[in-house]
Formats: sequence, C-alpha cells, structure tokens
Amino acid sequence: MPENKIIDACNTFCPGPLMELITYMKQANVGDTLELLSTDEGSAADVPEWIHKVGHEVVSNENVDGIWHITVRKIK
Amino acid sequence: MKILIVGGGTGGTILANSQSRRLGREIRAGKVELTLLSASDRHMYQPGLLYVAFGQMTADELYRDEASLLEPEVDFHVDPVEKFALDENQVVTKSGKTYGYDILVIATGSRVVPAEVPGLAEGAETFYTEEGAVRLHKRLTEFQGGTVAMVVSIPHKCPVAPVEAMFMLHDFFNARGIRDKVTLRYQYPTNRVHATSNVASWAKPEFDKAGIEYETLFNLKSVDPVKQIVYSEEGTEVKYDLLIAVPPHRGMEIVEQNQLTQSGWIPTDRFKLTMNGRDNVYVIGDATNIPVSKTGSAAHFESEVVTANIVARIKTGTAKPVRTYDGKVYCFIEAGFDRATYNAFDYVNLPPLKPPSKSIHWFKMAYNQMYWTSVRGLL
Repeated sequence: MPENKIIDACNTFCPGPLMELITYMKQANVGDTLELLSTDEGSAADVPEWIHKVGHEVVSNENVDGIWHITVRKIK
Repeated sequence: MKILIVGGGTGGTILANSQSRRLGREIRAGKVELTLLSASDRHMYQPGLLYVAFGQMTADELYRDEASLLEPEVDFHVDPVEKFALDENQVVTKSGKTYGYDILVIATGSRVVPAEVPGLAEGAETFYTEEGAVRLHKRLTEFQGGTVAMVVSIPHKCPVAPVEAMFMLHDFFNARGIRDKVTLRYQYPTNRVHATSNVASWAKPEFDKAGIEYETLFNLKSVDPVKQIVYSEEGTEVKYDLLIAVPPHRGMEIVEQNQLTQSGWIPTDRFKLTMNGRDNVYVIGDATNIPVSKTGSAAHFESEVVTANIVARIKTGTAKPVRTYDGKVYCFIEAGFDRATYNAFDYVNLPPLKPPSKSIHWFKMAYNQMYWTSVRGLL
C-alpha cells in the first residue's frame, strides 16, 4: 500500500528543502508520494528540475499562503 | 531528581559538564543525580579527521580520555545502553545494570554506513573515519596524477567538509608540484555546489578560480571498483583514479533497534528538542531528525538550550521551556591550507559568507585545541 509522507522543510537552510526531499526519497518505496513544504522560493524550480532528471513524477506544485507544497511520487 | 545522559560525544559531554556546573550544589546535597553513560572511554575530536587526511594532524592527537574531560560531580560509566524502556523511565546497559531516570537526554550521534551504496566500501576512500583518514593520506601522498573525484552521499555530518576537502586537495597537489597532472572533480546531490545557498554562492566562483570541475544533481547510486567508475541515480557516471566519498550516515544501531527512529533518526521537536511524545526525553546532536546541520556546533548550541531547561525544571519547578533552540550553527570553512571563512546561521537567518582570510584560518587552528575547553563546558 503506497504511503503519503509530509516533509516540513519550512524555515530551514541546512541541509535545505531539496536535500531533505532527496534523503526521504531514498527511504521511500516505489509508488509512495512525498509532500514537501518549503518557504524557500527556489524550491518551486529546484525540486522539479531534480525530479525530472532522476525520473520521478511531480504530482503538484503550488503556493498556499507563502508555503510551497510540492508533491512528488517515487516512480523507480 | 535523576538526570541520565546517554552518549559521551560532543553534545553529551558538554551537557554533562554544563549541568554539573549549574547544579553542583544540588548534586553534592544528594538532591540531583547526574549520570553519563558512554560506549567508549575515549573522546574523539571528529573535525580533526580532515587534517589527518592531509597530514596536518596525526590520529592520536584527536583523542582524550572521556573521564578527564568531565566534572567530578558527573557519575560516568563506560557501559553502552542496550535497551530503552521509555514507558518505565529506564534504560538497561550491556553490563545488565538498570538505570532509572526522571529526565533522559539521548546524544548517541550517528555512524557511517558505506554498505548502503554498492561498491562504495571497496572503491572509495573517506576521511569520515580514523582508519579511512589515515589510509586516504597515504593514497594522497602516493598519487602521481589523474582524476580525483569527490562524491557525497546524504544525509551526512559536517555539511561543509566536502567543499573544504576540495580546496585542500587543490593546495595539497600544488604543494607537491603536481596540480597540473591532477583533475579535481566534485559531484554534489543538489542543483548547486552546496545545499546551503550562501556557501554555494561563495564556493562556485572559488571552484572556478581553482580549476575544480563540478557536477550537480549527482546522487550516488553505486561504484564499480574494478572499472573505477562511479554512477549516479540521475544516469551519469564519472571515471576516477582516486575516489573520495562522504558515506551515507544513520543514527546509531541501538536507537534503531529500540525503534526510537524514523528513517534512522529520532523524531524531535525542532524548538524544544524533546523527543516527539515524550516531554521528559531530550534529543541532541546528530541523533535528531531536526532540519539542521549534523555538526558538533549544533550539538553544542542545543546542549545550552537543554541545560537551561533542565536547570529551570529543577530550580524553579517549571516544565515550560525557558529557552528554545533557534537553529543556530557556526561552522568554520577551510578554503585551502591558509585561508578560511565561516558560516553562521539559524532557522531564519542566512547571511552571506565573509571573504576567506588567514586570520579566520588561524582561529580555526586555535579552535582545534580550544575544543577541549569547549567540551568541558567552559567556552
């Protein structure tokens, strides 16, 4: 059964939102979805760039009240 | 009141000494017991491993006897914990002894797990262990030319170490007079040369100036030690003559075996530093899952917060935190053999780095000795 996990990386610089996502993606199973919460403007572009390069899927990418909610699915 | 600290690394030792100084009268009066349990009778200054790899320190310089660092009021035992019975406020140690507590602090740190990456242990050198740093130094002194590649697994402690190592490699091979025969290649997991944007903004032009090649979005997948090729999750590969790796890290086996962790780390409130769901259990240093660097610096600042809150509990009877952790971290960054800068930040402030200088480098050299004062809770 695929799991959904929320990663709260708001107001963090080191290791930073993308590093947090990569770390949790390594632990996830194929089919799991991860929702990254980030206050870093760069995440909106940085995360999809990595997801596309590595071959996973961006499910949604939206800003809600100043927080980016980026949901991705592990494909492989 | 029984305070029990598990782990005699930077965080646990500073915490034990700081509390001993603040609660000495209560300890001597028998109102407070302060116990520290460690798996080792020795204490290592881990940042020194980088200098061992470059021949600037020897491994024996990195150690002190743990007992020699502790205030006399600290009841210290080398007796590793094997079982955490948090519902009973007890731990059980390897010797079979049971220690009860009113307040528990878990400061068990992290470990490298190269086995998580196929071929890494066989194909790569590292400066994250004593044995590895000594061996890497030998390899570096014997290296005659070719490609030296750095790969970085995550999560890992001391986030700036791979950047520092690249600048030190540049100076090392310059000093040997063979820099023109060496290609330095740096591979990094995120889409900048460092996860922290201020370090990335500073390091990228410095890499360009030093002729250090770099590839971003390179997440280590496997190593072929025979072909001497390292592969990324993103589908790229790098041929190397000498591979230096920052291995992946996890929390210590004992906290995993006791099912205290999620994905290898203990879920911890990032401000109060209490274990989620346990108000009388604090977690500091590498063992936590809080989104901050895994460094001795973070453990140091966290120990100050936890000390203040435990002392307030005992002296004023309040369980409400009198201090919260703001994510403060201070890291020196070596920019070669004779220049350094630093990164000082917290959860919400990330100022640009200062230009590297000789004076900051010499301050770092001095800190390598001052650490022993710091860990005694004096600095």
